[in-house]
Amino acid sequence: MKALGKILGGKAGAMDLLVIAAIIFVVFPLGLDIFRLNLVGKYLTFAYCAVGLVMLWGYGGILSLGQGVFFGIGGYCMAMFLKLEASDPVSTAHQTTPGIPDFMDWNQVTHLPAFWEPFHSFAFTLLAIVVIPAVVAYIIGVSMFKRRVSGVYFSIITQAIAAIVTILVVGQQGFTGGINGITDLKTLHGWNINTDSAKYVLYFVNGALLLLSIVLSKLVLSTKLGRLLLALRDKEDRVRFSGYDVANFKVFVFSLAAVISAIGGAMFTLQVGFMSPSIIGIVPSIEMVIFAAIGGRMSLVGAIYGALLVNYGKTAFSESFPTLWLFFMGLLFIGVVMVFPEGLSGLYKVHLEPKLRQLLTKARRKPASSKPSIENAGA
Amino acid sequence: MDGYSLSDLFSIVVMQGFSGLSLFSVLLLMALGLAIIFGQMGVINMAHGEFMTIGAYTIYLTSRFTETYLPSFMPYYFIVAILASFVIAFGAGYLLEYLLIRHLYKRPLDTLLATWGLSLILQQIFRSSFGAREVSATLPDWLMGSWKPTPSIDIPLNGLFVMAMSILVTALVGLFLFKSKWGLKVRATTQNRVMAGAVGINTKMVDRVTFAIGCGIAGVAGACFTTIASTGPTSGSLYIVDTFLVVVFGGTASLFGTIASAFSIAQAQSILTFFLTNAMGKVVTLLTIIAILMMRPEGLLRSKVRR
Repeated sequence: MKALGKILGGKAGAMDLLVIAAIIFVVFPLGLDIFRLNLVGKYLTFAYCAVGLVMLWGYGGILSLGQGVFFGIGGYCMAMFLKLEASDPVSTAHQTTPGIPDFMDWNQVTHLPAFWEPFHSFAFTLLAIVVIPAVVAYIIGVSMFKRRVSGVYFSIITQAIAAIVTILVVGQQGFTGGINGITDLKTLHGWNINTDSAKYVLYFVNGALLLLSIVLSKLVLSTKLGRLLLALRDKEDRVRFSGYDVANFKVFVFSLAAVISAIGGAMFTLQVGFMSPSIIGIVPSIEMVIFAAIGGRMSLVGAIYGALLVNYGKTAFSESFPTLWLFFMGLLFIGVVMVFPEGLSGLYKVHLEPKLRQLLTKARRKPASSKPSIENAGA
Repeated sequence: MDGYSLSDLFSIVVMQGFSGLSLFSVLLLMALGLAIIFGQMGVINMAHGEFMTIGAYTIYLTSRFTETYLPSFMPYYFIVAILASFVIAFGAGYLLEYLLIRHLYKRPLDTLLATWGLSLILQQIFRSSFGAREVSATLPDWLMGSWKPTPSIDIPLNGLFVMAMSILVTALVGLFLFKSKWGLKVRATTQNRVMAGAVGINTKMVDRVTFAIGCGIAGVAGACFTTIASTGPTSGSLYIVDTFLVVVFGGTASLFGTIASAFSIAQAQSILTFFLTNAMGKVVTLLTIIAILMMRPEGLLRSKVRR
C-alpha cells in the first residue's frame, strides 16, 4: 500500500488522480448527454498523446512533433480490423469484388493486400496496436539517438516523418482509403459500436485505460529510470560521463510515449467510428504538444485537463466564431511559452494550492514536494 | 520508360530539370533566410513560411496599386515591389525578434512552439484580409512567355527570372556575411558570443538585424514565388518542412551546404515526380534525406566551429 502511494506521488498525487477519476467517471457521465459524452471521450483519446508527451518532452526533454503518427498507427490498426468485419462478402455483394473494403473496390483493387490479411484476427489487432508503434519508435529512436541527434533536429525530423506518413496514406488511396480515411465502421465481433450503450461502455473503457497509462507512467517515473530521465534532460553530458548509455533511456521513453499514443488512437477509432489522415499529420501532431503544454508539461494529470480544455475550446469556438479560433490557438502557443511555461498545473501550484491548503487545514507541513523546475527544458 | 525515344527523354530531363531549378530557386531563397537564422543563431522560426507569404502579398498589393493608379509604370513595378517585400518582411522580422524571440534564445524548443503559434495567427490575418482564395499578381509583360532553344524544349521566362534572382540574392548574402563589417560581427557572434560582446560588438543588435535579414530574404523568396504560382494564406506553410530539411540536410552553418542541399532536394523531387506520382516523388525524396541524415547527422557540410 505504501509502495503504491509512493508511485502515485504521495497524498497529493493520489488526490489529483482521484479528482480526475471522479470527473471522468462520475461528473461527465451524469452531467452530459451521450452525444456530448462521446465528444468528451474523443477529447480524452488525445489526452493519451499528451500524457506520452509529458513523459517524452516534460521529463525527457525530447520534443516529438510526430506523435500523430503513432496515434494514427493505433487508430488505423483498429480501423482495419473493424473495416474487414464490416466488409463481409454478404454485405458487400454488390461490389465488383465482394469481401474487400468498399474503398478498395472503388480504386480497382481486386484482392485484399497482404498486409491487411492478419487484421482479420482481433488478437493480432490488439497486439499490433501495441507492438507496431513500439517497433517503429524503437527503429526511429535507435537510429537517431544513437547518433546523438537531439533537440530541435529531432523535432524537425519527426515532423518530416509526420509529413511523409500523411502523404503516403493520402497517396495510396486503394490501400488506405486516401484522404477520406477508413469510414463506415459498424461492429466489433458483432457488437454494434454505434449504439448509445456501446458508446457508454467505450467511454468507460477509454477513461480506465487513460488512467491506467498515467499510473504506468508514474510507475516509470518512480523508479531510478525516472530520475535518470530528468537528469539527462537537464545535463545530458553529465549522465553520459557517469557511465550511462543515454540513448537507451531516450529510446525507451520514446517507445513508451508511442505505445500510449497508439492506444489512444485505437480508442479514437472505436468511439468516433472512423480514422483519417487529417488526425495524424503535422498540424494535429503539434496540437498534441499544446495539450501537454497547457496542462503543464511536467504534469501527467494536467495533460488530461489540457486536452479537454483545448479541445472543448476548439469545438466551442469553431461553432460560434470559426475565424477567431486560429487566433486563439496561436495566442495559446505564444502565451504558454512566454507567460506560463508550466501550464495549468503550474498556475494551480503557485496560486490556488497554497490558498486551498490554508483553507482546509492549518497543518504546519511544507507545501507539496517541490517539483523540479523546467527552466532548462530542452536547453 | 519504353514509349519515350532518346530525344524525348532528353527533353523531359531538361524540362523537368528546369522546373526543378525553379523549385530550387524558391527553396534556396527560403532556406538562405532560415539558414542564417537557424544556423547562425540556433533559433527555430516556424513562421518563416509566413514571411514568404508576406513578401508574396506585398507583390500582389503593389501590382494592384500600380495597375489602378500608375498603369504606365507597370513594366518596372516588379523591381520596386521586390525591394518593398524585402523591406516589409525585414521590418516584421525586426519587430518579431524584439517582441518575442529575444526572450527565448535559451529555450529553442519553446521558440519553435511560440513561432508556430505566430504562424497560425499570421495565416488567419492573411485569410481575413485577403480571403481564403488564392490571388496572383499581374506580372509585367517581360516576365511572360518562354524561351525555346529546340522545338521540344520550352523554358518559361519567369523561371529564368526566379533563378537569376536567387543567384543574385545568394551572392549578396555571401558578400554580406564574408566581406562586410556586419557579416564579420555576425560570424564573430556565432563563433563566440561572450568574446564578441567583450570586444565591443553589440550582440543583441547583431541578433536582431540577423533575424530581420533572414526574414527579409524570405520576403524576397515570396516575391519570386508569385511569378511561378499564386498566393494563398497557407502558401508559405507548405514550404516550411521542406525548407527545414534543406537547412538541416545542408549542414546548418554552411552557405555552400545550403545551396547544394536545396539543389539536390529540388532536383530529386522534380525528376522523381515525373516518373512516379507527385506524392510518391515527395515521399521518396524526404525518406532519402532522413536516411542520409541518420548516417550523417551534421548534414552534408559541417562548419568547423566548436560550440
